[in-house]
Amino acid sequence: MRENPGEEDRNSGQVPKVRAEGFSFFYGKVEALRSLDLSVPENSLLTIMGPTGSGKTTFLKALNRLNDRVQGTHHTGSLLLNGEDVYGKGVDVADLRRRVGMVFALPVPLPMSIYENVAFGPRKQGISSKKRLDEIVEKALVSAAIWDEVKDRLDSSAEKLSGGQQQRLSLARVLAVEPEVILLDEPTSGLDPLSTMKIEELLRVLSRSYTVILVTHNPVQAARVQGEVAFFYMGELVEKGPASSMFVRPKDKRTEDYITGKFG
Amino acid sequence: MTPSSGSGRVSGLDVARRPERKPGRLGMALVRASAFLTVAVLVFIIGYVLVRGARVLTPRFLLGFPEKMGREGGIYPSIVGTFVLTSLSVAIAAPLGIGTAVFLTEYTSEGLFSRIVRFGTESLAGIPSIIFGLFGFLFFVIRLGMGWSILSGSLTLAAMMLPTIVRTSEESLRSVPDIYRETAYALGASRWQTVTSVVLPSAVPGIVTGVILAMGRAVGETAAVIFTAGSSLRLPGSIFDPVRTLPVHFYILAREGISLENAYGTAAVLIIAVLLVDFAAYYTLHRVSKRRSVTGR
Repeated sequence: MRENPGEEDRNSGQVPKVRAEGFSFFYGKVEALRSLDLSVPENSLLTIMGPTGSGKTTFLKALNRLNDRVQGTHHTGSLLLNGEDVYGKGVDVADLRRRVGMVFALPVPLPMSIYENVAFGPRKQGISSKKRLDEIVEKALVSAAIWDEVKDRLDSSAEKLSGGQQQRLSLARVLAVEPEVILLDEPTSGLDPLSTMKIEELLRVLSRSYTVILVTHNPVQAARVQGEVAFFYMGELVEKGPASSMFVRPKDKRTEDYITGKFG
Repeated sequence: MTPSSGSGRVSGLDVARRPERKPGRLGMALVRASAFLTVAVLVFIIGYVLVRGARVLTPRFLLGFPEKMGREGGIYPSIVGTFVLTSLSVAIAAPLGIGTAVFLTEYTSEGLFSRIVRFGTESLAGIPSIIFGLFGFLFFVIRLGMGWSILSGSLTLAAMMLPTIVRTSEESLRSVPDIYRETAYALGASRWQTVTSVVLPSAVPGIVTGVILAMGRAVGETAAVIFTAGSSLRLPGSIFDPVRTLPVHFYILAREGISLENAYGTAAVLIIAVLLVDFAAYYTLHRVSKRRSVTGR
C-alpha cells in the first residue's frame, strides 16, 4: 500500500518511529517481504496480522536485525528507526537490539533466577550497582504486571513460573533495557485465555509510552487489542488501518476472507 | 516449536500403528546375558585388584617413600606425581578444548576452516597413545629441552585429552536451545556476552562430563607418560622435575618382577582414585541437572 498523503499530515512534523520504504527481504532467493511501505508513529500500537509465511516475523526480525544470524539473507529498500536506516553503516547492532526489544512466541526464561533474568540486559550494558539494578528490576516487573506475583521469590528459578508469568517476565526483561520499540511475535500463542487477556491489557497500557508492534495470526486478537492493524499476506502488506474500521469494512477481498475465517 | 511437536505426534502414531511385537525369549536371554557379562567383567576386575591390593593398603604404603626400587616402602611420590600431572594436563587441555568447541559452535558457520579443525581433532583421537609418547619425547623432552618432567608429560597428556574435551563440549554447546542465544542477542548482548553468560553456563554439565572422561583416561595413561614424565621415584619439587605416576609405577613393579604385591596395591589406589573422581563428577552433575531440570530440554 502506498502511503496516502492524509496519513502523512496526521503525523506532520514528526518522523515516524518505524518506517519501511520499499523494503524487501530475501532468504536466499525466497522473497519473504515484498516492497513493504509502512510507518508506525511513536507511542502507538500496531498489530500485524496474517497467516503463516506472510512475512510478519521476518519484518520483526529485520527491525532488530536478528535476521543477521540467518545465512544468505539480503534486503533492498530501507527500514528506518527514527528516520535512520537500521541496516545503515556504523549501526551498533547490539544497541539497536536494546532499543528494539523483542518478546518471542514461546516464553524463554533464561536458565537463571527471576531477578537475573530481568537484570540480564542492564548488566550487559555495564550497570553493576546493586541498588540501581534493584530499582530497574522492580520497575520492569511492576510495568509488566508481575511484580506482586514474584516479589517474594526473586531469587528462585525463572523456569518455575507458569507460562503466562514467564511471558510477562520476558516482557519485563525487555522493559528493563528501556527500549523504544517493543516487538512481540505471537506472544500469547502458548497461553491460556486468562494469561492472554493479561498480556493484551498490558500491551494497550504500554503503547501509551512505547511503540508496540504485535504480530499475531489471530484476527480476533487483532480486533481485541485495537490500535492500527496491518494485514500481511504472502510477503505483502495488503491493507492497513484502524482496527475499528478494518474489521467492519475491509477494503481488500483477501482481508475480508482472512478475518471471516475463510482461510488462514 | 510447532514442527517438533508435530513430528512427535506423527512418530507416536507410527508406533501405535505398528503391530505389537514382543521380543523373542531367546533374544531377551541374549540381551540379558550380555548386560550381565559386561557388569560381571567390570566387577571382577575391580574386585580382583582391590582384594589383591587391599593387603598392602596401609597408611605407611600411602604416605611413605619407596625403598629398594619399590620393593618396600610406599608410593607417596607417585600419588603426588599423578595428581599434579593430571591436574596440570587438565588445566592446559580444558581451556584449549572448550575454547575450540566454542569457536566451532558459536563463532564459525560450517565451512572449510571449521571442517579442518574438526577433522584435526577427530584425527588426534585415533592416534595410539604410544605415538603421543614418542612425539612428546622428541618434541617436548628433547627439542624444547624440557627433559623428563611433569611439564612435558602434562603437555603430552593434554594433547591426548583434547579430542574428547572438544567433542563433548561441542555436543553440549550445540544442545543449548538456540532460542537462548536469540533471547540474549535480542536484549542487546554481544556475542561474547551471550556465550559466556547464557550458552556456556547451560552447557556446563556436558562439558564437565567430557573433561572428567578425558581426565579418567589421562590418570591411567602409561605409554605416553613413561616417555615424557620419566620414572623417577623421588618426590617432585616443581613441574620441571620428573615423576613416576601410579600406572608407570605399577607397570615397572610388575614388569621387572620387583613386587607384585606392591603393584596390586598401586593399582588398587589408582582404581579407587578413578572411582572417586567418577563419583564426585556424577554427584555434582546430578545436583546441577536437578537444579536445571525444568529447562524443558
